[in-house]
Formats: sequence, C-alpha cells, structure tokens
Amino acid sequence: MLVPLTENRSISTSEDVVAVRQAVRQRAVDLGFNLVDQTKIVTAASELARNTLQYGGGGTLLIEEVLQGSRRGIRLVFEDNGPGIPNIELAMKDGYTTGNGLGLGLSGAKRLSNEFSIQSRPGEGTRVTIVRWR
Amino acid sequence: MERIPILKMGEYLLVTIQVDMHDRLAMSLQDDLTSKIVSARAKGVLIDISALEMVDSFIGRMFGDIAAMSRVLDAETVVVGMRPAVAITLVELGLSLSGVRTALNIERGMDLLRGLLESRGDGAGSAD
Repeated sequence: MLVPLTENRSISTSEDVVAVRQAVRQRAVDLGFNLVDQTKIVTAASELARNTLQYGGGGTLLIEEVLQGSRRGIRLVFEDNGPGIPNIELAMKDGYTTGNGLGLGLSGAKRLSNEFSIQSRPGEGTRVTIVRWR
Repeated sequence: MERIPILKMGEYLLVTIQVDMHDRLAMSLQDDLTSKIVSARAKGVLIDISALEMVDSFIGRMFGDIAAMSRVLDAETVVVGMRPAVAITLVELGLSLSGVRTALNIERGMDLLRGLLESRGDGAGSAD
C-alpha cells in the first residue's frame, strides 16, 4: 500500500479541524469501515480536534492504523501543551464544560470509540487517545 | 469570506448545506440566517443537511440555536434530510436535538412548515 501507516497533522485553526475530519474519513474508508463506523470515528475526531484547539490552544493529531490479530483499526492521538485538565473525572461528565459548548466533547467521543484514554497534567497539556476497530 | 447561501422561496428560507463547515462558517450561517429571517419577513426556515456526512456537537448546537432564535423571531425551523448514519452517531454522541423539528426530506419539511403555520392561525403557507 502506498498510503503511509501513520500521519501527523497540526491543529491550529478551525479549518484544521475540518481537515482532520477529512483525513480520518479517508483513513476509515481505506480500512474498509462501514458508513456508520466511519461516521462515528470522524465525529469523535471532530469533537477531540475542537477540544485540542479550543482548550489546548492547538496541538497535534497522530493517525495510526493498528492491527490486533486479524482486526484492523484506527488509533487517534490528540496532544496539546495547553493548560491541562485539573479534574478529568469532572471533565468526562456529560454536560460539563468550562467553555461555551454543550459539554459532550470528551464523553461523546468516548461513547463513539471502542477504546479511550486520557492523560493530563495541569500546566503541561493533555493527551487523548481513541481506537475504533473495524 | 465563504458563506452558505440562503434562498428565499415565498415566505420561507431554504438553506442547503453542501460543504463540511468549519466552526466560524457555522456561526456566520447562524448570524446570516437570523438577519435574513427579519429582512425577508420569513415565516419558516428549511435547513437541508442531506449532503452532511457528519454532525458533531457544535453543528448540532447550531441547529438548536437557530431553531430557538427563529422561534423568537416568529418563524419555524425544520431540519431535513439527515442521513441515517449521522442520526445514529448523533444520538450516541449524546445529542437528541430536542427543540429542533426534523423531517425526512424537503417535501415533508415543507408540509410540516405549512401545517405548523396553519395551526397557529397564521394562514401563511396556504398561499403560493
């Protein structure tokens, strides 16, 4: 395959969020995800990319194909060097937001993914990793 | 700067979203639409999202805000044409679009608008 297995993107404008959606969609199509699964991972990516931009002050996304036995999937790693999240448990709650959104970004992205993890240190930044299997 | 076009059809406004909107574009649509409801004295707004491959919480919230603002401006909003995969994803995301009227396609959306306007004794929608 000519497509690289990993891809790095920067997220610093709201146009970059759109570009992230399109890159993740393309990767999901290439891996043979069905339409609903494509839509789920793209929507999760959009939520997390917006968080990276709005709360993290911008950052990066790593898109990786992952293999486990015969299963193939996509792993997305969003990283920023922003202020971090002091209380992750609270941030994961539906409807909780420190901005002016709906507070569904993290919790919604978790529901749309098969695997979800978040690491954050106040003053250092945040890393959110999700995996969606085909 | 790019803009989403708003078409006037009688006393209705029709918006067909055909691009993957970034957040600022979505906000400008919201602003343009509320201005246009007033300037065109529109009674109803149809938003066709059949080309949208994804609706996330930001875009979903925008639909809710547009519906609420149009109501305050004496107009009804109907969102039409949502793709099944988008609907499934939206609900799993945690967004039910309560407060936003939806219809399967433009034709049904138009019927819904007419019915809403008639039932509130507006008489609008029966003409043309």
